[in-house]
Amino acid sequence: MKERSATHATFTIERSYPSAPQRVFAAFSDPAKKRRWFAEGEEFEVNSFTMDFRVGGVERSSFRVQGMECVNNTFYTDIVPDRRIVIAYTMTLGGKRISSSQATVELLPAEKGTDLVFTEQAAFFEGADGPQMRQEGWTKLLESLAREMAS
Amino acid sequence: MLSQRRIDSRQRVQIDRIFHALGDATRRAIVERLSEGPVSVSALAEPLAITLAAVVQHLQVLEKSGLVRSEKTGRVRTCRIEASGLTVAERWIADRRSLWEKRFDHLGKLLAEQD
Repeated sequence: MKERSATHATFTIERSYPSAPQRVFAAFSDPAKKRRWFAEGEEFEVNSFTMDFRVGGVERSSFRVQGMECVNNTFYTDIVPDRRIVIAYTMTLGGKRISSSQATVELLPAEKGTDLVFTEQAAFFEGADGPQMRQEGWTKLLESLAREMAS
Repeated sequence: MLSQRRIDSRQRVQIDRIFHALGDATRRAIVERLSEGPVSVSALAEPLAITLAAVVQHLQVLEKSGLVRSEKTGRVRTCRIEASGLTVAERWIADRRSLWEKRFDHLGKLLAEQD
């Protein structure tokens, strides 16, 4: 089999928030709010964040993470107020594009607020296993642990 | 130096989870059973003579450690051994997932502040 140039992955994350769907949606649609949870945090330093929330609009954010510059370029492909947001986005790390993804956010009204279902379908490229991931895999770790315990 | 293996904090957490998962005899029995092939949750509970709720709790610990994965098809939840973290794809997903999980944690805090 010829070596592929892209690897595909899909994963979902589900969360429940005790806030109405309109409030959760506002946290995605209002740039001041979105920036606070999306771009800010102890793990990364935000360099820039711009957002144009509409179908066809573009959002761009850049951070410093693990000593490298990480840029997200996002394009809004579908927006249904208070219900659904779909984006296409690429991620570059240290100037190299490492992935292109589609991400879907679904906001489902729940008895106690909102159930959020996030689904990412990604194609990732060479070098997507950034510096942190270029470390020993788990088998090797467990093998060396086993050797230590046996000695 | 290639000979030095630096274990970062995320790996430390993962190692702790694996040891915690395997430090229980019932969970080791579950892992042994699953290493023979996928099994439904109810079929796992039978020979162990414990409640379904107890099996579900054990499975949560095992899933959190990355040793086991489960999928629901219709009404049946099936469990299987998961070679989590061994492949680039798995590691990439784990990294990406954790980035988003942190964001959703922050979202939760922001929503709570505004209430």
